[in-house]
Amino acid sequence: MRADLLTDAVEGLDEALAAVDGFDQVLVGGLLRPQPAQAVALAGLADAVAGSPLAGRVAEAAEKTAAGAADEGHLMALAAARTALLGSVHDALVARVEDAVGRPRAEEPAAAASGVEHPVNLLVAARGWLCDLARAGWQGIDHELVGGAAPVVTALLSEPGLRRLAALLDGFAAELAASCPGATLERIPVRRWADLWSRAMLLTLPGADRAAAVAEATGRLLPLGVDVHEHATAVQAQVHAVFEPADGGTPRLVRAGVSAPKPDTVVGAGLWQLLRPHMSLLAAVSEGRAMELDAMPVTAEGDLIWDDARAALGESAEPFTTARVALPTAAAAPVTPVDRHPTRIAVPVLLEGYAVEDEGERVAFRVAGERLAVDAGRVPAAGPLTAETVASSAACIGLLRWDAGEFLVQPLAVERTVRKKAVAVHAGAWAGGTADKAGVRAEKAATDAVTVLRERAGRLLRK
Amino acid sequence: MSVWERSSTVRVVPPARPRKLAKVPFVELADGRLQGVVSSGSDIGRVYVSSVEAGTYAFSCSTNNNRPCGGARGAFCNHIRALVGEAVLQYGAERVARYLKVDVAGEQADAQGLTSAMTSTRPAQGDRSAAAQVFSRFLRHLAYLEFAPTTAPVPEMHWFPTTGAVA
Repeated sequence: MRADLLTDAVEGLDEALAAVDGFDQVLVGGLLRPQPAQAVALAGLADAVAGSPLAGRVAEAAEKTAAGAADEGHLMALAAARTALLGSVHDALVARVEDAVGRPRAEEPAAAASGVEHPVNLLVAARGWLCDLARAGWQGIDHELVGGAAPVVTALLSEPGLRRLAALLDGFAAELAASCPGATLERIPVRRWADLWSRAMLLTLPGADRAAAVAEATGRLLPLGVDVHEHATAVQAQVHAVFEPADGGTPRLVRAGVSAPKPDTVVGAGLWQLLRPHMSLLAAVSEGRAMELDAMPVTAEGDLIWDDARAALGESAEPFTTARVALPTAAAAPVTPVDRHPTRIAVPVLLEGYAVEDEGERVAFRVAGERLAVDAGRVPAAGPLTAETVASSAACIGLLRWDAGEFLVQPLAVERTVRKKAVAVHAGAWAGGTADKAGVRAEKAATDAVTVLRERAGRLLRK
Repeated sequence: MSVWERSSTVRVVPPARPRKLAKVPFVELADGRLQGVVSSGSDIGRVYVSSVEAGTYAFSCSTNNNRPCGGARGAFCNHIRALVGEAVLQYGAERVARYLKVDVAGEQADAQGLTSAMTSTRPAQGDRSAAAQVFSRFLRHLAYLEFAPTTAPVPEMHWFPTTGAVA
């Protein structure tokens, strides 16, 4: 890997992010009574997309918003402009990663999206709440305003096709609620909340979250590792893997995920217990096995839409072998236009021959002379991989990510040398269950928690 | 802007810490109150809805059928004490103290310290009007077990990385 490309400056990045930051500051104060500084920032956002097809609409939206006369359409245009700018940042960063990693990219044109229409009234309700939020600004949020999201989220959650918007709004609203009142906030996650706001805005456009065209995948799936996402009331596990088509075509990088809403008291091993019954792949990951796929649906973005009926447990497949042998030739799928954002960057890489720089809180790998920060905090709690294990590792399968201006490695698995032998430790080792003593204890505690909740729910919900 | 302000993936709300749920199945810091649901010790079909208001520590405790708790006359009942204890387990004493606006010094920052700091101000009994709302929030919370999982990708969850904070 050419690590130097990951630490070099990317041309145009600072300018694009400056326009984004300017707009994000506008959302801090809110759009109800725009101040001169906010007008300047809004004009800056419009200028930044002046060469794009959005130019006209964003210029008008910036002007109306600065005058305090923005309607929902104008706010949508601003959200689209910000999304487009971060999309360009995403593209520049991904090009950099591809050069650094030196893997091929699958040349598949993003085909037309397909899918069912969602109930529009729910989307309108969500958009209304988001617009009220933008008018109030992060400093203007209070319990009443934030609480307005609850009925919308409840209704969205009951529509399986709207899970993306539901999960996003639910997590976002919980953060806002925990931060009320906004007037007394000591610090504000400025870029994050603007990200969540603009992303939610776009998802309220009918069809924005349709999955890219779906094809079928038949062949062998070789897991690399598991990436876990969670907020208080949702969890998702995504398995990154190399797919080798049975017809001998180019191997591809794919993901297979499963997600679920959850009560906030279901944590740790409880997350695995919630997801395990719905994706046999998690058990295969724990056992270090490949899986044979038969006509598994896969999106143009490389996301398998997992169906246990189309998968069978295969031979044993050590992820580090996969990473050394199959990963270098696997092609990455293109990203759907609306999903282009630096936070979405999660590129599987194999790192070897690095030196570990352990500076207490923050661990970094020195790769080919370049310092690459390690984001060990993203490792799931219910698993054997710890920051200490990462710090004593000699090889690492990780996801290359980008946040707050720098590339980071999120470890999925590491190899350590113990008595002259390489021993692998996987973050997702407990995904399918475990015999590890600490793991068994965590499983027991999680089972008890869910049992109590189910008992209470059975007794109280249907009254 | 600081790195924290420029980060897309900072965790704003720390994850709940694991705790046993049998006695207090639900606790939350919301609507300006510490509120929750406490299982009755004698009747498995009954729960108590208990709450303490931030700042004033005005307290309230009644059953899910809106009968007043016999223990909560003039002082914190055992249900409220259990609620404070479990809130400290789930959120940490510091976060609970901050939310309730309780001033406790370092060593007293535990469930007992918090409770005695609040009771020493001789808080008034609050009205029971919030009980119905708290109970419906508990039912909403339980309903999260009923939503079906999906294997369709939810790319938005990349904004919510796990933090590994729960050991």
